[in-house]
Amino acid sequence: MAALGLPLRTFRSLVRELRYTKGEAGRSYRDMAAYQYLKEAFRAHRVTSEKLCRAQHDLHFQAATYLCLLHSVRKHLALHQEYHGSGERSPEEVAGLVGLKLPHQPGGKGWES
Amino acid sequence: MWRGSLRSLLSGIPLSIRRERPVLLARGSVFLPAELRRPYTPQPERKRFYQNVSISQGEGGFEINLDHRKLRTPQNKTFAVPSETLALAVATEWESQRDTVKFFTMHLTTLCNTALDNPSQRSKEQLITAAVKFLETDTICYRVEEPPALVELQKNEWDPVIAWAEKRYNVVIGSSTSILGPSIPQSTKDTFISHLASYNTWALHGIEYMITQLKSLILSVCLLDKSLTVEQAVLLSRLEEEYQIQHWGTVEWAHDYDAYELRARTAAATLFVHLCSESSTIKHKLMQD
Repeated sequence: MAALGLPLRTFRSLVRELRYTKGEAGRSYRDMAAYQYLKEAFRAHRVTSEKLCRAQHDLHFQAATYLCLLHSVRKHLALHQEYHGSGERSPEEVAGLVGLKLPHQPGGKGWES
Repeated sequence: MWRGSLRSLLSGIPLSIRRERPVLLARGSVFLPAELRRPYTPQPERKRFYQNVSISQGEGGFEINLDHRKLRTPQNKTFAVPSETLALAVATEWESQRDTVKFFTMHLTTLCNTALDNPSQRSKEQLITAAVKFLETDTICYRVEEPPALVELQKNEWDPVIAWAEKRYNVVIGSSTSILGPSIPQSTKDTFISHLASYNTWALHGIEYMITQLKSLILSVCLLDKSLTVEQAVLLSRLEEEYQIQHWGTVEWAHDYDAYELRARTAAATLFVHLCSESSTIKHKLMQD
């Protein structure tokens, strides 16, 4: 069985991701249906005296998977906008990306009109 | 170079239209016909055309409403999913779009669309056969012979997973360094076929997606059994790449980009399968005092 850590930690990370999806503008994440659902689900599966509770582990695994989904999508989107968001790069930009510079010819290369 | 070919294409167009061209270009590639668009430019994204997202229960299951309009699949079927939790997750995906709708980040919506439309028109048996076929070329059964550090790493990381799967399903899998891969006995395949047959069609679409992302049936089965987390499974699937990264260094726009995408896709597929195959029962604890 996969080790997942504390459920409360997963819940708090999930709430953080939901807050990111809402962004600055608009309503609070507390109004989101997903937040209400997660809160209820975590509450319902809170077990006080446990050896190993199968149902709680199932829920926690799903929650951790959902957390991984939200987190990875956010990171992937950030990288996409940083590196692929503006379409194709110019040769100068591509060279700069790997720390190179295009050769400079004083007085032009002769074929510019 | 491409600009040059564009110019030569435009030279055939009458002058009156050509005068318009700079204006059109300045407004973005949206207005260019497909054959004039530069290759590999990002496709124009749709604006977020809705304000509110809600879910409702219909005949086929739980539906998504965008401002009182029902969400539809690419083949114009009503978008209806069997699980309320899944509908909620899909609704959250639509809700979290900012100015434009970015379909490449909406993995759960994509998976639901695939399951609803079934664009490849395959039956349950065909899905299972395709999934089990992956076992013959399973990533974690293919081993390298050199360099020794990588051989050691693959042995330490992958062998416990194979051993777990062999014990859990009581089958023989093994590993191989040959190009032909390990010889998987028919009894192993039969076991996995009968195991996969216990899932419904929706879940099988998710399982197939998961297998093709991870390039491994065994790792996918581990995820289905919740014996590995998504992060662990993705790390194991990318073991050789991770080894190379340790050796040569990481490049954010290639390695991290791929890794996050793979993680997102795998997590979406895992969640999708679990939500589609579960039947929730509520058992109340008896009060003890």
